[in-house]
Amino acid sequence: MNTPTSIDPSGTDIAGLVHSDRVDVSLYTDPELFELEMDRIFNRTWVWVAHESEIPDAGDFKTAMVGRQPVIVTRDRRGGINVLLNRCRHRGASLCEVPRGNANGFTCPYHAWSYALDGKLRGIPYPDGYEEVLEKKDFPLHRLQVDSYAGMIFASFNHDVEPLAEFLGPAKQWIDLFMKQGAGYPIKVQGEHKFRFNGNWKIQLENTTDGYHFPIVHRSWMSSVDEETADMLSFMTDDKALTHSLGNGHSVMIMVPEHVDLDEDDGTEQLQERFRHIVEELSKEFEPAKVRRIVRSMHGAGFNLNLFPNVAMSMSFFRVLQPVSVTETEIRHLALGLDGAPEVVNRERLRIHEHFQGPFGFGTTDDSEAWDRVQRGAAAGPGLPIMVNRGLGREQDELKGRVSHATDETGMREAYTMWKAMMTDVR
Amino acid sequence: MSVETYEAVQLSDPRIAPAIELIWREAHLLDRKEYREWDRLWAPGSRYVIPIDPDTEDFAAALNMVYDDDRMRRMRIERLTSGYSISATAAARTVRTLSRFVVQHRDDETVELSSAQVLVGYRREETFVLGADVTHRIRVDGAEPLIEEKVVRLINSTGAVNASGFLL
Repeated sequence: MNTPTSIDPSGTDIAGLVHSDRVDVSLYTDPELFELEMDRIFNRTWVWVAHESEIPDAGDFKTAMVGRQPVIVTRDRRGGINVLLNRCRHRGASLCEVPRGNANGFTCPYHAWSYALDGKLRGIPYPDGYEEVLEKKDFPLHRLQVDSYAGMIFASFNHDVEPLAEFLGPAKQWIDLFMKQGAGYPIKVQGEHKFRFNGNWKIQLENTTDGYHFPIVHRSWMSSVDEETADMLSFMTDDKALTHSLGNGHSVMIMVPEHVDLDEDDGTEQLQERFRHIVEELSKEFEPAKVRRIVRSMHGAGFNLNLFPNVAMSMSFFRVLQPVSVTETEIRHLALGLDGAPEVVNRERLRIHEHFQGPFGFGTTDDSEAWDRVQRGAAAGPGLPIMVNRGLGREQDELKGRVSHATDETGMREAYTMWKAMMTDVR
Repeated sequence: MSVETYEAVQLSDPRIAPAIELIWREAHLLDRKEYREWDRLWAPGSRYVIPIDPDTEDFAAALNMVYDDDRMRRMRIERLTSGYSISATAAARTVRTLSRFVVQHRDDETVELSSAQVLVGYRREETFVLGADVTHRIRVDGAEPLIEEKVVRLINSTGAVNASGFLL
């Protein structure tokens, strides 16, 4: 629909860029659209910043980004979580330049203004110059709205943003299912791979629920893993492998239907031979049922949950994307483990993560090459659209959204529907 | 508090010169992407690591970029040479130099040398540099020296390290 509200400042009809089966290639290439995305999406909605396991104790902090703005995520003395702009209120210097740690607060390196973990301005050196000029209570660090669900911490610049639970909607039940890979232990972040690719952030957003690319781009990974793992991820013709749209841009792609709810086990699944040493080790300590429960969860949940706009819960890891520019995106892949579980389990999960992920992984490298190629190709044929129509003919409406096969582009259509709604909302 | 002492390389030491020759031969093979030949430089039961954590020695307990035993290294080589990996097919051209050798340890069986590696790569109009501290532990008690452990500590390991179709 072409309405006055869908026109961007340069006169582009934004609504006209997104159709039910295709999007305009300028979504990957137009710097002005990118600036609007930062304003209308990343500065307005909930953006994932941390998992609670990254800041478990009072004084713990990590640095993160909300859109292009640096923030510090802290756990204060009362156990509260704060997301603070990483910028001194005096002359703007960044307060923290380390990725994570534990501190009593943050002191600016320039003139030593010091702030508490909740952002309150605690001290100003030589305060006589500020008498009758400044009250400390008026200059705390800028705070973002914060909320969390199942340990997933989100922040928003928009103080009128809808409650997180509403924003997540039906995705909440998938988050709950995802966390079941803990097999009774809380999920914890074990480390992260970080890399950049020369492409627009939405190319990665699309990829999380793109089952179609898997056996093609990841052929070399598939041929390197054991037969059982390769079979587990051979979902191309599995009619139980589905993608559901979940509203608000979120979607889920099921690749291993029997691992959607890891609490459900009919006992017919053979544990993978590659985990025999884990079974042997765990069996010294645990009942067979618990051993089976942990080992069935080694590859994580049987699905990729894509949460618009910046985080995915992908089988056994979190994927976090950060737009850098219209043609550059930073990706983090956070490896997950079971907090308190035997070390042999968490080490095996690290090895599984290293095998696929990271700058030398057998999967990430080929994904990254494919995304680079999309951006390079997008320079050609400015009038040619990007097609997201796979499976439109077999997509079904269901009570909570639409459903189609895992190789279909239902998740991408959901994300672009949300993109269009947010980009044309000029509140 | 322990005091570390570092020993300058003495090329006249009959154990050191062959070890350095092996490291240079390895660099040559990696730049030429002759991975099957590179595999023959490794001792059985060896370990190839590109860690993320700049300080850890306990690689098994941490997330790494590469943590290969013999099996994993051979799968990596198979992948890079199979023709099925689009990133390997499009890998950057590289030239690398290893120098600034320091002897970390030496006995009749093994020599451990640390060095600086500067790699320059080129891919699709872009030239880039990767710097690393490298440690090789080399067995010198056999017919020919063989790599027992190689650890490549990229100086930007905790930052964004871009996906790569080549090896360090």
